[in-house]
Amino acid sequence: MQPMFPLKSLAARSASAARSSGAGPELSGATTGASRARLRMLPVGVGPVTRKEFADHLSGLRFVILLILIGVASVAAVYAASATVREAASQFASGVSFPFLRLFTVSGENLPSLVSFVAFLAPLLGIALGFDALNSERSHGTLSRLVSQPIHRDAILHGKFLAGLGVVGLSLVALVAIVGGVGILLVGVPPSAEEVGRLIMFIVLTIIYVGFWLALAQLFSVLFKQAATSALASIAFWLFFAIFASLIVGLVVNWVAPAGDDATAAEIIRHERLSLRLERISPITLYSEATTGLLNPNVRSLGVILTSQVDRALATPLGFGQSLVLIWPQVISLIGVSLLFFTLSYILFMREEIRA
Amino acid sequence: MSSTEQRATTSQPRAKGAGREAAREPVIVAQGLTKKYGDFTAVDDLSFTVAEGEIFGLLGPNGAGKTTTILMLLGLTEPTAGTVRVAGSDPVRDPLAVKAVVGYLPDNVGFYPTLTGRQNLRYTAALNRLKGKEAEERINELLEQVGLSEAADKRAGAYSRGMRQRLAVADALIKRPRVLILDEPTIGIDPEGVRELLALLERLRDEQAMTILLSSHLLHQVQEICDRVGIFVGGRLIAVGPVRDLQHQLAAKGGVEIEVQAVTSDGRPLEATQLEGLRAALARLPRVEGVELDRDGTLLVRGQTDVRSDVAHLLHDQGLLPMHLRLRGLSLDDIYARYFQEGVDAAYVPA
Repeated sequence: MQPMFPLKSLAARSASAARSSGAGPELSGATTGASRARLRMLPVGVGPVTRKEFADHLSGLRFVILLILIGVASVAAVYAASATVREAASQFASGVSFPFLRLFTVSGENLPSLVSFVAFLAPLLGIALGFDALNSERSHGTLSRLVSQPIHRDAILHGKFLAGLGVVGLSLVALVAIVGGVGILLVGVPPSAEEVGRLIMFIVLTIIYVGFWLALAQLFSVLFKQAATSALASIAFWLFFAIFASLIVGLVVNWVAPAGDDATAAEIIRHERLSLRLERISPITLYSEATTGLLNPNVRSLGVILTSQVDRALATPLGFGQSLVLIWPQVISLIGVSLLFFTLSYILFMREEIRA
Repeated sequence: MSSTEQRATTSQPRAKGAGREAAREPVIVAQGLTKKYGDFTAVDDLSFTVAEGEIFGLLGPNGAGKTTTILMLLGLTEPTAGTVRVAGSDPVRDPLAVKAVVGYLPDNVGFYPTLTGRQNLRYTAALNRLKGKEAEERINELLEQVGLSEAADKRAGAYSRGMRQRLAVADALIKRPRVLILDEPTIGIDPEGVRELLALLERLRDEQAMTILLSSHLLHQVQEICDRVGIFVGGRLIAVGPVRDLQHQLAAKGGVEIEVQAVTSDGRPLEATQLEGLRAALARLPRVEGVELDRDGTLLVRGQTDVRSDVAHLLHDQGLLPMHLRLRGLSLDDIYARYFQEGVDAAYVPA
């Protein structure tokens, strides 16, 4: 197992969290006789569970459907980008920076950009891979067999989560590589090192984002005995943040900090700041802000900016490092919320008595 | 389970009962085991041991707490009180050590429907750190043993209930367990399947000295192969021992019926007045609660315990010859059914 960037810390943290909460009889590490197991970061049995789940995902019909969706998205994105090929190319000729990134962020006349496709598909991907993670094991009668094998019980949760992330990573790398490759052919411009770096970070960021939805779906799969219920609950959660949350935020902000036509500058700032703060509760907002900051180097701030603040500022793009600094709070928040959901499912699952 | 294996098993002499147990180490030791769900006590102060190489039957009606007990043995649920040792390990403190040596066939066992039988077994092998050629050989051997070689590469979703159960046996045996725990293994399979399963269990005991604990609510199905059984009702173990001893244990708890037929010393059947006299005499015996007269001249003596010897003495004293003297209601099935009747009312276990 080569754990990817956030996973190692995630596993260790959630394991120690549950250990200190004193849940269940089967906590990892400390209770095992083998000192080898005590030294491991991940619970015993993660390897086989991850491999099996990964293979299941790849051979399942579900993945075929997701693959078709992703395929359609990339075709559409490449098509949209091709419409702006000349524009991008001419911009490159005229010295405008990062033409390659624009392949991913520029939308066509009627088609959204690749990034918006991904932003839209990511929650669906996470939910599709996780909504029946545990309740299907239960309804198939495989869970009681699984928990009676000599593996730590959390290996099941970790393995399923890692396998889901692996599938997501694989699909995203393929998607970005295909679009990038076609882009190179169409535009005839190779990506700069910084663009490659930003795209890799974009993939990592998206994996984290899908990880959030995966953790949520997996939590619901522990919570609800029926796979259909947990799928519905996950989708309801998604729709709430995708559609209704901003409406509710608008209502609340207008009520708490109204800013009418005759509002003073201070009132307008207060209004905007509150609105932004509330919207950042939603992981969707966090992700879209982070991708914006990452893929548009010209974005210099994700908060409220006054005209006076940008007065006489040079319209130069931010460096890669500076962009990372800009989106860091969003990334950390996404990881934090994912961890919260993962830990919750962990606590629930470890304490559960599994009957056939 | 091929027919040749079947024959080999049945022809083997079977040493059964208490004689073999004494020398062996107990593999499962439960002491004062109690499990409460809120106010409800599912298992109440349960103590028993299972010796190495013994088949122990945990018998009781649905909801008696059999599954809960098994979960506690495996460390899948924590006992409210009491201690368990399985193969020397404590399932509460060291569940992995227990699970490494215990094969478990759960009630309502299932498999991944999209994987083949063989793939399902391969996953279990991997979880037990069995890899490559060794795993493949083990899997083939077990598939052969349970008679699923033909269907091994069909999707498990297409298996019948009986095939699933056989695959589950193979699944539980992959890790070469020292102890095999089976929860209601005979449910949902046809009589032939039950016979094959029980023969396999006997073979495992006889050839590999495997310790086997199985639970069932069907006494007559499993009493044949159990070295000892425990009768478990309403969370309590009401009797433990080899099946034949159990009859006496349970009989001692009262409520037996004895059929009596007698003739005069010269071999003629009793007349009505003589019968009436005998009946009155029998009713006066100590520990006899009542005597009834059957149509065909049989007297039914209801005693607190087995009073057959007293009855025989009485007949002798009266100068009569006993023609028929039989304990009725002491067939284990009858007693069992009676306890179950009581048990069902008192027992409730959350699903």
